[in-house]
Amino acid sequence: MSIPFTHFLVLSTLLFFIGIYGFLTRKNLITMLMSAELILNAVNINFVVFNKYLYPDQLHGHFFTLFIIGIAAAEAAVAIAIIINLYRNFSTMDVEEIDQLKH
Amino acid sequence: MEFGYTIWIALIPFLAFLITGLAGHRMKPMVSGLIGTVGIGIATLLSYVAAHQYFFGVGKVDGVYQKIIGYKMEWLRFSETLAIDMGVLLDPISVMMLVVITTVSLMVHIYSLGYMAGEKGFARFYAFLGLFSFSMLGLVVATNIFQMYIFWELVGVSSYLLIGFYYNKPSAVAASKKAFIVTRFADFGFLVGILLLSYITGTFDFVLLTDPEGAAITQGSGIAFMGLSVMTWSLILVFMGGAGKSAMFPLHIWLPDAMEGPTPVSALIHAATMVVAGVFLVARLFPVFALSAPAGLEIVAIMGAFTSLFAAVIACTQNDIKRILAYSTMSQIGYMMLALGVSGYGGADGLGYMASMFHLFTHAMFKALLFLGAGAIIHAVHSNFISDMGGLRKYMPVTHITFLIACLAIAGIPPFAGFFSKDEILVAAYQNHMLYFLVEYIVAGLTAFYMFRLYYGVFWGKEKTYEHAPHEAPASMTIPLIILAIGSATTGFIPFQKLVTSDGMAFDIHFHWNIALPSIGIAIAGILLATAFYRKGSDMPDKIAAGLGGLYRAAYRKFYIDEVYQFITKKIIFNLISRPIAWFDRQIVDGSMNGIAYITNMVSAGMKDLQSGQLQQYAFVLVSGVLILVLSLVYLMNN
Amino acid sequence: MDLLTLLIIIPVLTIIGLVFCKDHKQVKIVAATGMSVQLLQCIYVVIAYLMERKAGNKAEMLFQKNYMWFDSLNIQYSIGVDGISVALILLTGIVIFTGIFASWNVTHLAKEFFISLILLSSGVFGFFISLDLFTMFLFYEIAVIPMYLLIGIWGSGPKEYSAMKLTLMLMGGSALLLVGLLGIYFHSSAGGSPLTFNILEIAKVSIPIEMQRFLFPCTFIGFGVLGALFPFHTWSPDGHASAPTAVSMLHAGVLMKLGGYGCFRIAMYLMPEAAHEMAWIFILLTGISVIYGALGAIMQKDLKYINAYSSVSHCGLVLFALLMMNETAFNGAILQMVSHGLMCALFFALIGMIYGRTKTRMINEMQGIMKVMPFLSVCYVIGGLASLGLPGLSGFVAEMTIFVGAFQHPDMFHRIATVIAIASIVVTAVYILRMVGRMFMGPLDNEQFQGLTDAVWHEKIATVALVVAIAGMGMAPLWLSDMIGNSLGPIMDQFSMLAP
Repeated sequence: MSIPFTHFLVLSTLLFFIGIYGFLTRKNLITMLMSAELILNAVNINFVVFNKYLYPDQLHGHFFTLFIIGIAAAEAAVAIAIIINLYRNFSTMDVEEIDQLKH
Repeated sequence: MEFGYTIWIALIPFLAFLITGLAGHRMKPMVSGLIGTVGIGIATLLSYVAAHQYFFGVGKVDGVYQKIIGYKMEWLRFSETLAIDMGVLLDPISVMMLVVITTVSLMVHIYSLGYMAGEKGFARFYAFLGLFSFSMLGLVVATNIFQMYIFWELVGVSSYLLIGFYYNKPSAVAASKKAFIVTRFADFGFLVGILLLSYITGTFDFVLLTDPEGAAITQGSGIAFMGLSVMTWSLILVFMGGAGKSAMFPLHIWLPDAMEGPTPVSALIHAATMVVAGVFLVARLFPVFALSAPAGLEIVAIMGAFTSLFAAVIACTQNDIKRILAYSTMSQIGYMMLALGVSGYGGADGLGYMASMFHLFTHAMFKALLFLGAGAIIHAVHSNFISDMGGLRKYMPVTHITFLIACLAIAGIPPFAGFFSKDEILVAAYQNHMLYFLVEYIVAGLTAFYMFRLYYGVFWGKEKTYEHAPHEAPASMTIPLIILAIGSATTGFIPFQKLVTSDGMAFDIHFHWNIALPSIGIAIAGILLATAFYRKGSDMPDKIAAGLGGLYRAAYRKFYIDEVYQFITKKIIFNLISRPIAWFDRQIVDGSMNGIAYITNMVSAGMKDLQSGQLQQYAFVLVSGVLILVLSLVYLMNN
Repeated sequence: MDLLTLLIIIPVLTIIGLVFCKDHKQVKIVAATGMSVQLLQCIYVVIAYLMERKAGNKAEMLFQKNYMWFDSLNIQYSIGVDGISVALILLTGIVIFTGIFASWNVTHLAKEFFISLILLSSGVFGFFISLDLFTMFLFYEIAVIPMYLLIGIWGSGPKEYSAMKLTLMLMGGSALLLVGLLGIYFHSSAGGSPLTFNILEIAKVSIPIEMQRFLFPCTFIGFGVLGALFPFHTWSPDGHASAPTAVSMLHAGVLMKLGGYGCFRIAMYLMPEAAHEMAWIFILLTGISVIYGALGAIMQKDLKYINAYSSVSHCGLVLFALLMMNETAFNGAILQMVSHGLMCALFFALIGMIYGRTKTRMINEMQGIMKVMPFLSVCYVIGGLASLGLPGLSGFVAEMTIFVGAFQHPDMFHRIATVIAIASIVVTAVYILRMVGRMFMGPLDNEQFQGLTDAVWHEKIATVALVVAIAGMGMAPLWLSDMIGNSLGPIMDQFSMLAP
């Protein structure tokens, strides 16, 4: 017996909005990064699921997922490097303190 | 072309100008002076040859002097019919002018070798003289009215440069500026006049314009504007240019100030040649004036008569020797203008025309002589004021005698030149209108009076104490004086009525004893009065001056014309027009441009606060934006 | 390589050469060589043009070349010249050549300075040879943008403000212009043929009059901003005052002519009906420019402001003459562009040289400097006399052609406007003589000025070249006026259809 298609979509939607919520509300940059990872994973689930249900004989969705995982890893590395540098300069990880990016 | 060489009369001085102007500072001063002098000497010879050939040779065909085009090339083309040609037009007046200009110019060149010796800028002086001679010669031989305008401007600028020759002297700078701007203002009228004339007639060419049977004259006086034909208006405007150059009231204010220039310059430009350009202009266009715009001619006569009286009155009160001569020049030019104004066209009707040209000729001789004499005097006593002079006849015999001849000539004592020409003018005025005659008759008396006031004040009267004992001028200065004195004494016998007439045909004149005798009488009366007042020095003049009170003061202050101009330019044009415009431009026009920039700035300053630097705020806006879009899309798709 | 493209190639090669220069001595040598070659090339173009015409080539544009460079929109690199553009190319060649010598003393970032300057000039050359509206606009922008850097970096006084103002106002003009050009483009097709940017093609098509009424003001004002049309001229005094010498020279001498040329070649040539209808508005505006600029100049104290206002007056006369729409006036307008370009270049060059010595541009702080710098002073006086229209110098020829042409207009309104414009020559005399009298004449009182020196060789090259050009044009104007006049035929055909 297979799990119904909608379950996956509900899961990924929940995951996506948890990620969004975390990204918008958490003040710590690391947590925000984690939230971003959640969003990406929500997308991954969608890719795999759609692949499975729409084109079972093809693998494009899986490839995309693998790419996204790879890129997410790279992104995390870059983001953490940035965060470390920010921490060195501002001695804080609070995103509200780091507001130099304005006029 | 047999008159092809005449182009060189004008070009040689131009070459001299180029050589002395470009390389003058590298040569010895005297070399540049000699280059200029030799150049103008050759030009003088050529113009004598041309005059001889024209008047006694090929110029006359069937008893009529022809207009001959000696040389012509196209210089600038405006449209099919309108073009500026550069060329040489020979007719009696232009040939006569060639002789006058080259002669006086040669005298001045020679004279200046002595007068200007040792001056800084000697080469520059000769360069400017060359430029002036070139321009003036080009002006008189102009084949079309635009060529004349070109050289008209060029003589204006050479006059500007020569008046401002002593550029260290603020008064000279101011005078040069004034001369240029006043004449420029007059030239504005001239230019509009030319344009109007060309608009009506469709040509610039003098031969076409002045042909009595030509289309220009016969068809020109069509459309009327404010009671006068457009032709008349255009000629009045052209005359405005002439009035400016010839220092007619009220455009005369530059001429007295122009005396700031070196004295030889005053002799050449501001007495003998350039200032009569206005007279020449009217004479050049005379057929048009006489045949299609008599009202214009009327104005010429009125202006001439008024100026001659006005200037003569002022001349009686002035103290500066050169200014007296300047006012005298104005007065004499007024004579010439009047003569043109009262003249008719053709044959004996053209007596005034002939008289005007005759007077122009003789006046050039004696007025140049007077100025050069004045230069010699100034050179000797280092002052311009007759109050600083007196008793000079012992020290400067040659100057004294030549000056006396010139005074007699201008006063109109026979047999000197001025008598003949002035007499013809009086006859012409008499035949036209009694009022003109009376004015000129009075002016004749005034002329004799102020000239002898000057003469006695300088050469007789009380001897002043001089720092250096005055001495006679060097030969380079006295020789031109003697030559011009001979000219002043004898040129009156030239039969102008046979040579220079309005239509090129000779006519006979009858001597009018009823006019000549009273005119001699009033001249002698003027001289006697001056003798009584100034020969020994008496206090009568001061008493009379005091008795006249305000009138004398007004004349002494030149009737406050300068002040009126000052008021108009400084107060009205500068302060009431130009300054507000400058302000308007900075504050209003530019202000509105800056205002636009300012408003843009304000708006963006308000908008920039939207960018707070709060990362999560941006993300929130982004997410809500996406949501709104998605929701509205879904909503729209469902409907 | 064809003749005209070479006019762009040479500056580009010079720029490439400049990139590899090591010190500013080399920079100057490379720049001077490049621009001398460019000047020779310009002269050669003129000669080649005249030869070709003499040989009987009656084509509207000579040396035409077309290369497609953006197929889908039918944008072509299409070039060709007639007498008008050749005259202006020669002017540009002279001005950029002298501009290099006038900026011999630039040491701060010299390489970048010369690169920008030459880049600007290549834009100008490109503009004058283009026959394709889009390519023309492209070159126009190339000519305008470096101006910002040149003023902003190498300028003086409130340079950022002036540079910003100038660029923004010109960009505003460009925006209008782009609207106009695109509008023309979309109406350029006659009976189903593909849309085109080619001027000669568009001229054959008649744009609907309703569209013209909208597009004509767009293009005319768009170019008019650059041609100092009242009331969009205020960038000019500030811009000139802050710009370095060579930039003022190029700007007043050449760039402002882009405006006049554009008004003529695009606005009026392509939309004659609207031009005819709306001329009176612009005649009023330009008439105001002429008088207003001249009167405004009287009260100025800064030399550059005087000349900027005088430029407003003289360039106003260019547009004024164009609007008179007859052959003589057109000819006069082009002559005035050339003459004003030469005069202005001379003025600004001399002002730069004098300022470099006296460290002031205020005329009331200078007096009698004729004594210490006779050469510069004499040249300045010559320039001044040319500006007030002395015969024998270039200004006279141009102004008289304009006045004669304008006065032949059968309409009373036009003739009255002409008389008013003529009055400006009196006002010009006032401010020129006032300036000359104050600065050069009179006693030299200021102690600091006693030790000043006269021009050195490179300054002499710049001024003598310009003075010779001015006098040459003034004394023998016939060939130039003929060259321009012979090219006016096709343009007059556009207008002759309108004659009542």
